Amino acid sequence: MSHSLPFAREAPLAFRGPALWWSGLLAASAWALAAFVTHHFPDQSEIVEWTQTGHIAVAQGAIAVTFLVLAVTAPLIPPLWRRIQGLGPWFVALGLFFATWQAVTAKFSLLPMPFFVPPQQLVEVYLDDWARLGESVLASLWLLARGYVLGSAVGFAVGIGLGWSPRFGYWAHPVMRLVGPLPATAWLPLAFFLFPSSASASTFLIALATGFPVAVLTWSGVASVNPDFYDVARTLGAKPRFLVLKVAIPAALPHVFVGLFMGLGASFAVLVVAEMLGVRSGLGWYLSWAQGWAAYGNMYAALLVMALMCSGLITLLFQARDRLLSWQKGVVKW
Amino acid sequence: MVNAATLDRSLLSAPLAPGAALDVRGVSHHYQLKGAPLPVLDNVSLTAAPGEFVALLGPSGCGKSTLLRLVAGLEPPTQGELSVDGAPITGPDPSRVVVFQDPTLYPWRTVWRNAALGLEARGLLRSQRSRVDAALELVGLNGFADAYPHQLSGGMAQRAALARALVNEPRLLILDEPLGKLDSLTRIAMQGELVRLWQREGFTTLLVTHDVEEALLLATRVVVFSPRPARITAEIPVDLAYPRHRDDARLVKLRREVLALLGVGDATV
Ligand SMILES: Nc1ncnc2c1ncn2[C@@H]1O[C@H](COP(=O)(O)OP(=O)(O)OP(=O)(O)O)[C@@H](O)[C@H]1O
Ligand SMILES: [Mg+2]
Repeated sequence: MSHSLPFAREAPLAFRGPALWWSGLLAASAWALAAFVTHHFPDQSEIVEWTQTGHIAVAQGAIAVTFLVLAVTAPLIPPLWRRIQGLGPWFVALGLFFATWQAVTAKFSLLPMPFFVPPQQLVEVYLDDWARLGESVLASLWLLARGYVLGSAVGFAVGIGLGWSPRFGYWAHPVMRLVGPLPATAWLPLAFFLFPSSASASTFLIALATGFPVAVLTWSGVASVNPDFYDVARTLGAKPRFLVLKVAIPAALPHVFVGLFMGLGASFAVLVVAEMLGVRSGLGWYLSWAQGWAAYGNMYAALLVMALMCSGLITLLFQARDRLLSWQKGVVKW
Repeated sequence: MVNAATLDRSLLSAPLAPGAALDVRGVSHHYQLKGAPLPVLDNVSLTAAPGEFVALLGPSGCGKSTLLRLVAGLEPPTQGELSVDGAPITGPDPSRVVVFQDPTLYPWRTVWRNAALGLEARGLLRSQRSRVDAALELVGLNGFADAYPHQLSGGMAQRAALARALVNEPRLLILDEPLGKLDSLTRIAMQGELVRLWQREGFTTLLVTHDVEEALLLATRVVVFSPRPARITAEIPVDLAYPRHRDDARLVKLRREVLALLGVGDATV
């Protein structure tokens, strides 16, 4: 055998994939193990009877079979292969995770029971309570959208004003310095008093939490624009309006997006707190409601949904940024 | 006598002479540096006739770029007067376009949209898009219209900045070492382009350069400055016909004179 021409020999093979997807085979074993643990050992539940144990075992078995098939076929289908090629270790880990989770909760009760729930209970929550959960997600999204859009818009405008107009800065700067660093949640007791409804109060709080980082970073973005950019535009006949809209704002946009990301993070925190303490809807409310009933399964279910929601929103913002700032090199991939 | 109608028409269709007349009279300028005034220009007087090509030579940091900023109208002088065609310079105007020492392209705009900046700022882009293409063609960047500045070489960026200026059909073109970052071959080619362009369009040109040979090769007159604060130490008319050759005996002789004025007359390596 000759190894003198590795590229010529390996390039076509790498394109089509190897004969067998080994980590796919391993993933199949891990998921088969999970199915086995779920099916073989009896549930040790004293209070409730879980109804979904059998279904879960079947689903895990089906996943194991799927991986077995993929282990043989995926390398032959280039588009599929490119997508799943690198994910093997994750599939294995997930299978092991489900097997372990099942074992330490439902099967051997190694973790204290009502606080740690087995997968079957989570599935039950989603099956029984999907309507209320879905409503809560929509309520949270709607409240978040109002507060975030309002806060970003006002924050952006204030930031441009601070960066551009000394007269505006004279009045706005001291106010910002005093009020901005205050966590928005500190306003909570007052806000619920002062505003006509808890919804408007929470909108205000979320807007406040979003607005401050957006304003500060927009401001610093405008302030750090290369002054030569203005000189260039001025010698070419640009009026102040053009300088703001076509020079200052695009140049400041990378900073603005940092502010938008920080604002989004802050808005999540305020959203949950506001919903837990005042608003009678949304995922935060769902969490505290579940706590009231000691319904730990519902809490995990809501937490998972919340994680997916927040992560999805961050992803959306990243995509918007990548679109608008495609001219930048070396941007972080989410 | 000319009646009103023909006078109107002549104002519209036959524009002013393509080149502007520049008059800098007794201009001094200082900056504030750490609270103390830093004199940069010392009683500079300079004129450029319409269509003239004046090169400004001087040691680094003497105040050449500062003088160009004043001519562009980006700053008022501390003392003295500047006027174009008899009208005092009170601010920037698109008839006086500057090519800055740094290309300062907008990184968020493609080369094409950078070159279109002046037309866009004046609301002329819709009707005169072809001028952008023509300017990019002139500097040899039409293949890079959709590239972003970070995808250009230093010389290409410099040429894009030149295109951005030329799109505006300036009457006074102000060049601050526009060829400084080019490799010597591109530089020679661009020097030729610049002279041809100037001859064809007839604008008045003010060129700052460190390169004595370049000044003598391009300009009809070379103005030599002292170290900061800049004073004019010599004005040398270059009475040679175009196209000029860098080995021309008279040019070589002039170069020796100018180098002597700059204090490096008999420098050898
Ligand atoms: N905005 C400013 N504030 C303070 N000092 C300045 C400013 N701009 C320029 N200077 C000073 O003015 C002097 C002249 O600067 P200028 O840029 O005009 O020099 P130059 O002749 O163009 O030099 P070079 O050939 O190296 O470009 C320098 O000493 C510089 O430090
Ligand atoms: Mg300079």
